[in-house]
Amino acid sequence: MSLSESRPGTATRETLPGPSIDFWKHRHVLDLDDFSREETDLVFEIAEGMVEILDRDVKKVPTLRGKTIATMFFEPSTRTRASFELAAKYLGADTISLDATRSSVAKGESLIDSLRTLQALEVDAIIMRHPCSGAPYIAARSLDTSIINAGDGCHAHPSQGLLDIFTMKQQLGDLKDRKVVIVGDIMHSRVARSNIWGTRHYGMKLVLCAPPTLIPHGLPEMLEKYSLNHVTIEHNLDSAIENADIIMSLRLQKERQQSGLISSLREYIQGYQINMSRLAGAKPDVLVMHPGPMNEGTEISPDVAYGTRSLIEQQVTNGVAVRMALLYLIAGGKNR
Amino acid sequence: MPEKTLLNSSDIERALVRVAHEILERNKGAVNIVFVGIKTRGVPLAQRLAAIIRSMEQVDIPVGSLDITLYRDDVSSLSFKHVVQQTYVPFDITNKHLILVDDVFYTGRSIRAALDALIDLGRPETIQLAVLIDRGHRELPIRADFVGKNIPTARNEEIKVCLSEVDAVDKVTVMRTEGGNNELK
Repeated sequence: MSLSESRPGTATRETLPGPSIDFWKHRHVLDLDDFSREETDLVFEIAEGMVEILDRDVKKVPTLRGKTIATMFFEPSTRTRASFELAAKYLGADTISLDATRSSVAKGESLIDSLRTLQALEVDAIIMRHPCSGAPYIAARSLDTSIINAGDGCHAHPSQGLLDIFTMKQQLGDLKDRKVVIVGDIMHSRVARSNIWGTRHYGMKLVLCAPPTLIPHGLPEMLEKYSLNHVTIEHNLDSAIENADIIMSLRLQKERQQSGLISSLREYIQGYQINMSRLAGAKPDVLVMHPGPMNEGTEISPDVAYGTRSLIEQQVTNGVAVRMALLYLIAGGKNR
Repeated sequence: MPEKTLLNSSDIERALVRVAHEILERNKGAVNIVFVGIKTRGVPLAQRLAAIIRSMEQVDIPVGSLDITLYRDDVSSLSFKHVVQQTYVPFDITNKHLILVDDVFYTGRSIRAALDALIDLGRPETIQLAVLIDRGHRELPIRADFVGKNIPTARNEEIKVCLSEVDAVDKVTVMRTEGGNNELK
């Protein structure tokens, strides 16, 4: 049952078409650990409405007209940044994008000063990516403007987590008792971390699969501490993907492999690459996801990535819809 | 003031049958007509009108549903946010006679938003407005083409339309509220 069906229509009809949302309290989107089931479902319900707009010839609605959304990326990105900017533009907002390597940051300006400048320019929300875990939290503490975390170090990537779960639900419907495997460089993956938090509401099983060296220290303790009982850790990929409904492959972050966490690329490919012969051991209708960017031939083979089981393109499209929903919820309405 | 029932189930049905006749009369039949209901209660009304016309003319008229949340003129000033629902118009509206259906016609701002939303979907030959209740107090130069029932109201009265598809019962009621309805301002 969708949220809108579960609540009675309001009496004063012309004030609104849909039910009002009084439980949405987020001013920032930093990670999914503070998202309730109700809030996550709300994002998905609104994203459904946004998917319809993406199908139109005229992909533009006037909802955020007059609002300005800034993106500030201290790390390279193609899809996340393009996705957020398109989402903002489709909702009618103006966007400015600051490339940290070409802005005053290169002249030695601090993170907070750069962001304060944006705030002084009266932008309505700042979408930021930063190589240091926790940087958006510092920003959110220091500024009044809304911050959306578009990836901070190895910590969190909430909009990716939401679009991943949205894509899973779109394919499988109810996620209860479904099995999703995330395989690859869990250690450095903010996507995996946000998925761990985001999936905890849905009664599904989440298996993290990686060589022991690519599982973060203290992960089992963290799972226990926060009662994330839906997550299990498995080192053998073939047993992990047995009966899996979805396999999500993660990029092997080669730039972070200098410290010898894997013995050789060849050995990693042998043990953890998602390819056709590997999928022969999985359910015939298993689906494959990847948050991108892909290292084709490393963690995923091209025939799988572009094959019939791949949801990778849907993930990209859904990413725009989910980010539109987030921007609507964060930047729409009166600023508090 | 207690809640007072203005229309019961058969009153609503009679009004809709008359509106359906007027739509057919105005458009010289049901050719090239499509219905689009404004969510939430405009949609079942549009479906009922389509069913009445089907029983009279033996034609199926497509019915779509329109969510106008993203087109409201007060998105940036409301302290409350509203759930965006799905717009579902699975047919081409270009060059059609589009009958826009809503339950209560009041300030005209919903209709303004709906017109903007429709123009983004295509270019209908005409857009005509059918409403179950016209309660007056227009704030924009918009009028209805087909009205089920004119009910002159005071601003501090609240008209409530209940439809069995959504509310399990068919009725239209009026109630006086304390200090008027400020959210409309």
